[in-house]
Amino acid sequence: MISANRRASRTVNLILLGILCAGAVIAMTPMLFMVGTAFKANAYLLDFPPRFIPETPTIDNFTTAIASRNFVGAFLNSAGVAVATTFFVTALSAMMAYAFARFQFRGKQALFYVMLGMMMVPAMTFIIPQFIVARSLGLPNKVWGLVLVYTAGPLAFNTFLLRGFFEALPRELEESALIDGASHFTIFRRIIIPLSTPALSTVAVFSFLGAWDEYIWALTVMTDPARRTLPVAIANFRGAHMTDWGLIFASSLIAVVPTVTLFIAFQRYFVQGLTSGAIKG
Amino acid sequence: MRSGPQHRWYVPYLFLLPGLALYVLWMVYPLVYELYISFFEWNIMPGQASTFIGLQNYQTILNDSNFWLALRNTVQYTAITVIGQMALGLAVALLVHRVTVAQRVFRAIYYLPVVTSWVVVSFLFQFLFSSDRAGLINYLLVNLLHVTAEPVNWLSSGNTAWIAIYALGIWKGVGWSMVIFLAALQGIPVELYEVAAIDGAGEWGQFRHITLALIRPTTLFVLVMLIIGGFNVFLSVFLITGGGPLHRTEVVLSYMYDRAFNRLDFGYGASLSYILAAIVIGINFVQMRLLRGPEVQY
Repeated sequence: MISANRRASRTVNLILLGILCAGAVIAMTPMLFMVGTAFKANAYLLDFPPRFIPETPTIDNFTTAIASRNFVGAFLNSAGVAVATTFFVTALSAMMAYAFARFQFRGKQALFYVMLGMMMVPAMTFIIPQFIVARSLGLPNKVWGLVLVYTAGPLAFNTFLLRGFFEALPRELEESALIDGASHFTIFRRIIIPLSTPALSTVAVFSFLGAWDEYIWALTVMTDPARRTLPVAIANFRGAHMTDWGLIFASSLIAVVPTVTLFIAFQRYFVQGLTSGAIKG
Repeated sequence: MRSGPQHRWYVPYLFLLPGLALYVLWMVYPLVYELYISFFEWNIMPGQASTFIGLQNYQTILNDSNFWLALRNTVQYTAITVIGQMALGLAVALLVHRVTVAQRVFRAIYYLPVVTSWVVVSFLFQFLFSSDRAGLINYLLVNLLHVTAEPVNWLSSGNTAWIAIYALGIWKGVGWSMVIFLAALQGIPVELYEVAAIDGAGEWGQFRHITLALIRPTTLFVLVMLIIGGFNVFLSVFLITGGGPLHRTEVVLSYMYDRAFNRLDFGYGASLSYILAAIVIGINFVQMRLLRGPEVQY
């Protein structure tokens, strides 16, 4: 009886595993098709029937993309903007989170609710006034026009994420440091920051990806082709009538490489970041 | 440590200052400024005056059939993709949790679309839903499943274009809710199931009374976040259909962007933004009132 039960539950488990694998195939298929197409020559015309592995794989699309005007520049623009944004988001949200986690100050509650409330508003609804502000500060076609806006956007969310983490840190070290005459800045730099690398890594990874992938603000304020970022450069490979999909997906893959690398290296932090958000809000 | 005497009053403000300055300049001020713009027939050309027209933009919007269509589309997109992502995300999480083999691998595979940029996956879906008979979806429907005889011209009509956009939204989002549901499932103590089994509860009873009951706060969190995300829908529409054909796939944000940056009607765009923001805040407010369980803390 028991062994029959066990056999039945093994069968059930195998079926469930089968369903899970089928789902994984569906999740992966578009990606695999993209990779295959990137190695196809002349992908204006699609193969019939569709092929995942090209008959004669070629890296021409990659060399064409890299050799095309402004592509390498766009890659470097994106990299610079993303690195700078990562630094600013991480540093500034950590400082704000420290203020929220360790001090009582006037206006704390009000500020807290303003930031929380504004997190619900679709970020894109600010694009009109942000554009006018950027223009009056002379920021269009300047790298700072991207970095500053990319930093301000996710600041509130990351402040809350880090605040939750800082509040959970034991206070004994800080208290004895204070008695030894350390300033709050020293405590922040020497105690809080080193103890918080997992949370700070989460913030850094997410803010890097956010800046790396951002499209519409970059499209709107960077009109000079030499100042384009990578997503805008990729979109510009689309033709008015015909699109060379091989070229689109080869350049997409180049853009996706840093993302996937980060994802694999920091998978743990992705999960931590998501679930700590789930608990702390 | 908690309170004042050890530090001067301005110390916390020094920590806040750099971040807060950026936040006020690029988020708080725009929020207020946008309201101001929305009362004008705004002239974006430098040196030209804008005309104050009071609430006229809002009045025009209320009679603008394109706006109502865009709003309906946005709500529909939100409803369909939220349900799809939650149901599939929970199903996958339950499977991964139950099967227990290669959990990290499955999690990574399902999560990969989440971290891939919207620009890339939007082009990818445009390509999959190509009108050509060699497009992957058409090939699947015509030659493999024999659902239709002729290839579908997906992006040339609103209804079929929406299928592509919905599919993208769900496909890209399942991994996110899956990861969060999975973490919640892993947090449920195994002993609860053992006790319930001894008490004679079947699998379905255990699922309803233990699993679903204990992940309730997570479910609410996922629901709230996905609804906010749904109202943010923009890039997939902008890149796949551009709101066309004939505004059939327009969502509020794509319509706003079009009015502001293509037709340079900034006042109208600002009013559209304000209406959308008000709707989203309203929905969130109602949600928090209705759904806030004792466990959810903010």
